[in-house]
This record gives sequence, structure tokens and C-alpha cells, in this order.
Amino acid sequence: MKLLLKFDFTKVCNAVLEQRLEAHQLKYQQTAFGEIELLDKVSEEKLDTFYNDINDFGIDVVKDPKKIVIQKIKDVIVDMVFNEKDINVKTSVYLAEKLNENYSYLSNLFSEVTYTSIENFIILQKIEYTKILLTKEELSLTEIAFKLNYSSVAHLSRQFKNTTGITPSAFQRIIAKRKQIN
Amino acid sequence: MNSDYINLALADDDEDDRLFFTEAFEELKVRSNVSLFKDGIELMNYLDDSNNAIPNLLFLDLNMPKKSGLECLKEIKASQRFKDMAIAIYSTSASEEDIENTFVIGANVYIKKPNDFEKLKKVLSEVVTTNWQYHTSGLNKENFLLRL
Repeated sequence: MKLLLKFDFTKVCNAVLEQRLEAHQLKYQQTAFGEIELLDKVSEEKLDTFYNDINDFGIDVVKDPKKIVIQKIKDVIVDMVFNEKDINVKTSVYLAEKLNENYSYLSNLFSEVTYTSIENFIILQKIEYTKILLTKEELSLTEIAFKLNYSSVAHLSRQFKNTTGITPSAFQRIIAKRKQIN
Repeated sequence: MNSDYINLALADDDEDDRLFFTEAFEELKVRSNVSLFKDGIELMNYLDDSNNAIPNLLFLDLNMPKKSGLECLKEIKASQRFKDMAIAIYSTSASEEDIENTFVIGANVYIKKPNDFEKLKKVLSEVVTTNWQYHTSGLNKENFLLRL
């Protein structure tokens, strides 16, 4: 019996994290997505066991200060795109305000660590979301373009093709054919 | 998820092509470990050996003797073991139908092999960098489709 699932990533991540924290009897407070404060002092050993455990679920603790900033930038962008936030300002201004940092600092750091630019990363996320909306929600490209604040369907279509090298309809066709053989 | 380098594999029966690709990989911003294979059988022997680390990204020449790129692709996709490995197929020429078919069978990337080295570097850079984003940002690799 085949089931097609949709994931609310934020919910799934938080649920797993909560469960594991409780399993290790760690008292905590969640301060933001991907940020928790452990309320008691915990031994290195206990922490390591906890880290190894959550690692199995694909959760990593970010320790490098540069990587912490990068992760925050990514989280803001993913939240912006996948929660369809209507930003009235330029993305650069939005990011700078959200992270309380100079944009060129954020931009340079991002490129240095991730090997791509913030702009490219944003486009990649939008196209990824478009793919999900096309295949899971079966929205039309016009509906998606409107949802994601593109100036026109043509603009989204062009960006999709520029980013992936294939058209949105070819993408849908390929995914549909893949499902048929599996 | 944030590793400092990427494990690449390349299967191509042409010695010059293996050399070009290796040089191109060395000049990329993302650091890589490259494993080279002369044909499909060598490749599958390596991949099927559970002692070997599974590459993050495999570059597969379509036209190879003994075992073609397409045969390797089918074998790889039939096994759960390789579900996190991205596969980039390349060829000098193929019809639109064949290209689409390659994606349907499970390739993530299709590359029309460029004639000159600079273009090859650009193409490989884009493939590896895009794959890196999937690798480090928790994106769904099943939606990773790229045609260059």
C-alpha cells in the first residue's frame, strides 16, 4: 500500500529534538528554531552521548562561529521562502536587520564558507520550493509564481530553466515518469 | 553535514578525459577526494564493496565498454545503499529523449561534454557547487536535477 507523504520540516525537527532531549533528561528552553538553551550544567560525557544520538537523526551541533552565522542566514532564508513571507524590503536589508550585521559582511562570509552567493542560495531555495509545490501540491506554475512573488509566470519559468537547465514541465514529466517505474 | 571536502568518483574509459576531469576537480573551490575508474565493472566492484566509502557524487560516462554508464546507473538505482549518492551522467551527444530518459532512470545531472577545458571546469564547478548545497543544506536530493 503506497502512501505519499508531505513533511512539515519545522515540526518534524522540533518533535525529534524534543523527544531526544527528554530521553536524555536534559532541561532546556527553546529560544529560536535550531537554538536551545540547556538549563542545567551537563557533563562533557553526557553532552557527547546526546550529540551522537541526535547525529543519527541528522541533527548536528554547530560550533564554528562562522558556521553559526551561515546557519542563521540559511535559516532566515529558508523561513522567508518556505513560509512565504511577504518582505517589503530588499532581501539584503531584511537579512541585515534580522541578523543585526552589515550585509557585505554576511555576503562575503556566506560566499567564503558555502562556495555560493546569498543571491544564488535564495534562488535555489525558491526553485526547490517550486519543485515541491509542483509535485506535491500540484499547483500550477501561475499559482506558484503568485505565491512566491515573482513578477510573472515567465520570470519564474525562466529562473527555473536557468537554475536547473530544464523547464518546469519537463521536471514534472520526469518526476511523474519516475513514480510510474517505482 | 558540514564536511570540509567531498568524495567524488569518476568512471571513464578515456585516459585523457580522466586526466582533464581530475585537473578540473583540483581547481575547484570545494576540496575533493577523487576515485577514478576505467570502466563500469571496476566502478561497480568498488561501489559494491562495503569497505569503501560511498562517494557523494559520481560522474559517469555514458559510453563505456564492458558495462555502459546506463547499465551502471540502473544497477546503482536498484540498490538502497546508494540512495544518498548523486549521479552525474555525461556524454558527447544524445537525443532529447535519451537525456530525459536518463533523468527518469535516476540520474541527477546530465552534462553535454564540452570540448574545451575552461568550459569543462565551469560545468564541473556548477555541478559540484550545486551538489554541495544539497549536501550541506538538507535539501531533498530526489529533486536534484541539473542539466548543463
